[in-house]
Amino acid sequence: MGVRGVSALEAVQQGVIYGCVSLLGSVALTYESLSHTSGVFHFKTHHFFTSNSGQSRIFINNEWHDSVSGKVFSTYNPATGEKICDVQEADKADVDKAVQAARSAFSLDSVWRKMDASERGKLLFKLADLVERDRAYLATLESLDTGKPFLSSFFVDLQGTIKTFRYFAGWADKIHGSTIPTDGEYFTLTRHEPIGVCGQIVPWNFPLVMTAWKLGPALSCGNTVVLKPAEQTPLTCLYIGALIREAGFPPGVVNILPGYGPTAGAAIASHMGIDKVAFTGSTEVGKLIQEAAGKSNLKRVTLELGGKSPNIIFADADFELAVEQAHQGVFFNNGQCCTAGSRIFVEEPIYDEFVRRSVERARRRTVGNPFDPTAEQGPQVSVEQQRRVLELIQSGITEGAKLECGGKAPLSKGFFVEPTVFSDVQDHMRIAKEEIFGPVQQIMKFKTIEEVIERANNTEYGLAAAVFTTDLNKAMTVSAALQAGTVWINCYNALSCQCPFGGFKMSGNGRELGEIGLKEYTEVKTITMKMSGKKS
Amino acid sequence: MPGPPSLQIHRSASRSKPCKYCRTINSHSLPPAPDMKTQPISNYLLQIFINNEWHTSIKGKKFPTINPATGVKICDVEEADKADVDEAVRAARAAGQRGSEWRQMDASSRGRLLHRLADLLERERAVLATLESMDTGKPFLHAFFVDLDGSIKTLRYYAGWTDKIHGKTMPVDENFVCFTKHEPVGVCGAIIPWNFPLLMFMWKIAPALACGNTVVIKPAEQTPLTALHTGALIKEAGFPPGVVNIVPGFGPTAGAAIGSHMNIDKVAFTGSTEVGQLIKAAAAKSNLKRVTLELGGKNPCIVFADSDLQSAVEETQKGAFFNQGQACTAASRVYVEEAVYDEFLRLSVERAKNIAIGDPLEPRTSHGPQINQHQFDKILELVASGKKEGATLECGGCAVEDRGLFIHPTIFSDVKDHMRIAKEEIFGPVQCIMKFKTQEEVIDRANGTQYGLTAAVFTRDIHRAMSVSAALEAGTVWVNCYNALHAQAPFGGYKMSGNGRELGEYALAEYTEVKAITLKLSERLTL
Repeated sequence: MGVRGVSALEAVQQGVIYGCVSLLGSVALTYESLSHTSGVFHFKTHHFFTSNSGQSRIFINNEWHDSVSGKVFSTYNPATGEKICDVQEADKADVDKAVQAARSAFSLDSVWRKMDASERGKLLFKLADLVERDRAYLATLESLDTGKPFLSSFFVDLQGTIKTFRYFAGWADKIHGSTIPTDGEYFTLTRHEPIGVCGQIVPWNFPLVMTAWKLGPALSCGNTVVLKPAEQTPLTCLYIGALIREAGFPPGVVNILPGYGPTAGAAIASHMGIDKVAFTGSTEVGKLIQEAAGKSNLKRVTLELGGKSPNIIFADADFELAVEQAHQGVFFNNGQCCTAGSRIFVEEPIYDEFVRRSVERARRRTVGNPFDPTAEQGPQVSVEQQRRVLELIQSGITEGAKLECGGKAPLSKGFFVEPTVFSDVQDHMRIAKEEIFGPVQQIMKFKTIEEVIERANNTEYGLAAAVFTTDLNKAMTVSAALQAGTVWINCYNALSCQCPFGGFKMSGNGRELGEIGLKEYTEVKTITMKMSGKKS
Repeated sequence: MPGPPSLQIHRSASRSKPCKYCRTINSHSLPPAPDMKTQPISNYLLQIFINNEWHTSIKGKKFPTINPATGVKICDVEEADKADVDEAVRAARAAGQRGSEWRQMDASSRGRLLHRLADLLERERAVLATLESMDTGKPFLHAFFVDLDGSIKTLRYYAGWTDKIHGKTMPVDENFVCFTKHEPVGVCGAIIPWNFPLLMFMWKIAPALACGNTVVIKPAEQTPLTALHTGALIKEAGFPPGVVNIVPGFGPTAGAAIGSHMNIDKVAFTGSTEVGQLIKAAAAKSNLKRVTLELGGKNPCIVFADSDLQSAVEETQKGAFFNQGQACTAASRVYVEEAVYDEFLRLSVERAKNIAIGDPLEPRTSHGPQINQHQFDKILELVASGKKEGATLECGGCAVEDRGLFIHPTIFSDVKDHMRIAKEEIFGPVQCIMKFKTQEEVIDRANGTQYGLTAAVFTRDIHRAMSVSAALEAGTVWVNCYNALHAQAPFGGYKMSGNGRELGEYALAEYTEVKAITLKLSERLTL
């Protein structure tokens, strides 16, 4: 199996075509009967998920546990609607156990707290190496559980996961405090200390990448973690548990609790023994989390929530580039992205042509089995999501937008939705205001720069935005004026672990990634010393 | 194409007198030592490394490198001179050109390469430590645990920096936008000393490569072997050709060519203050290349009566004798408060007499030979001057009988500040112990030197620790410890101990040019 050893860089350098071909061979192998050093994993018979080797159980103290309540829940393959396996269901009692483990791993004299910062970095590097080793396996599992195309899993999700761990590995011994020239006969220095036990709740759209975004900075800064994957997609996250243990993280540093939001998630948010909670998901739930934090112990909160991100296309833009990027920006990951560029504002002179070309592109978008390498789009994650997307499409039609293509669920098993394009969308329509989280592109018309800035900002959200223009002045003026945590110029979804990411307004609190991501996982301690005699 | 590096090392083709000090390491607690019999080092590891290839010198010259523990030649190495440096610079320029593979590479990929190099060093750790020990005479265990550990950690530390070298955006006035990019300086010349050959190699290349520069590096003529071995690892790690070029040779020829080269954009030198001045002058006379210097020291250690005396004795003595005293950080001036002076002296002498001198490859050995005859003679000459100027020789002060370049650990008491041994860098195992009465007095005396590399203060009193460390004119001050160097902490000298800083985030500034890019817009941006 050639794929395991292929680094992301090398794979990309080989070119997508060659990459696809080489992957195809191994995917077939991987999917049918994947063997692994610690046992034999048969996706067909699901032995591995229910065996004692863990990975379908609760991960606490580097060990695999059954749920205290004895309950399990099922996770499904959204491409077929079939159950993959049952997973132990964590609830409040399990969260309590995990917090206890995390607290004790964080106690003052623990191995973790006494470890050199550079050693923490080495552990994270090791974790990245292990993810790279098992890249094909994890990508397969991710596609199986989420329905995203395998090639996306392999090249986007796995690449992002590995890079994020490596990036934050490098920070571990570079988290600098400062010394401060205070007035009077004092000397002050700061230490950036870990916050403590961090609760982390991650969504189902990028289960692995979101796990890395959460674990990377938290561990780099020396925290311990209680992490809940989404109930729809617990499998890759649990596998990371096995790799955490293999990498050599001390017991209790990372604890993983598969379960539901209203039970396990709520227990994390309101836990008195958790010092910080980081959540990625809907704005609605984000509010509940912040409220629970306020009502319990004022734990620190970072939120990465919904978006209704505007994408502004000026008439002077590189037209081909803009059509393709706008298309990818909204349809990527079956439209299930908080960054989805779901409001496309196109300048009047090129509007008709832009719509025509966008529809053409959407019609060409191939929908199918995530393991078919020609499939650009898989199913939505669940039947609930599929229904919600179809319901919003219906509202668009009812409110008078023009359905250019798609709009239906194809007649096959699985939770698929056709790539859908609406033109003549008005700002007041639900499809222009609500986060759809599906493959639905809204295209609006604008006339002036002032107008489009105002309309783009006229939302409760502020996650991402993009502007397509070849005019330097327009690019800078619009990017400065947009109320969004990320603005892309002539590109979309250009995320990298070095750059901060997060939302203005109701798209979130705080930032993830980049150096600034460390700030959310440290407490600053000011140490001021009285000096005797003169300062020098 | 040369094959993989040979793990077998030619120790000495014909050792005339077998020496009882010399035997290979054989201890279960150690990694297996390489077979050291008669297999020659692969020839290519003794050549000039340019463009990821091995070259003979243009002039056809070679120079020998000697094992200082035996005085026997280890092997001959191709000798780089100006013409070879020119070749290396051409390669480095091409590798660093706009559009080159190296310049187009993602910053994070540069980090991956540095990590891979660290992994390879780890793989070759025993071989490199052995080579280092043979070529320098330093005890193998020091080479293995200090030099190699430091080298690997330095590489990993800077591997992490590559994609974290941030520019800024500035809120400039009016309708402008301004941001900075921290760009590589270009071709960086590096000239490194013989006391920590591999470690200094990494201190130079790791930040240089992290920032995206290319390098032409000259190891010291006394100790070229680990640098050349590393050349093979650099190639194996996958650095593009020309990114690192290694030119073994002499200071007045190859070194001078680097110092005055019109196509080298920056030079970093570690060595004597005297040569540092030449380098800076050459840089100024040629192309105003950027210069960083890490030079000599005459480092004060201040021991207060309230300190943990046993620990102070150990730390200061290790500071003085570590690496046979051949360290720019050597703790060569120890100021002891009057009340504990006699006791401190007694304990120090007792400890010095118990230092295990012997074959560097023997695991019990903690003290090896000096690097060469020239250094050996210079040290003994300074010892003689100490005696002549009236200091009391408490122990040592002479060569080990029949052992070539070994010198007994030496302690002088009653040393006065005006004596040569209190003013000049000895670079040998000589500890000078002085007495002081007041804090004010000792600070003045400690600072009364042209040097300012490191200093240490031993005390339990927090006020004293803080006020003395603030008052000392030194780039590094250790409190209740000595030689506590870390890749994360900056290192460099005040005054004539150097220019600039190595290690830590600070070193990145020495390997980058800051470019401010200002855009004029048609109108003022909203805040």
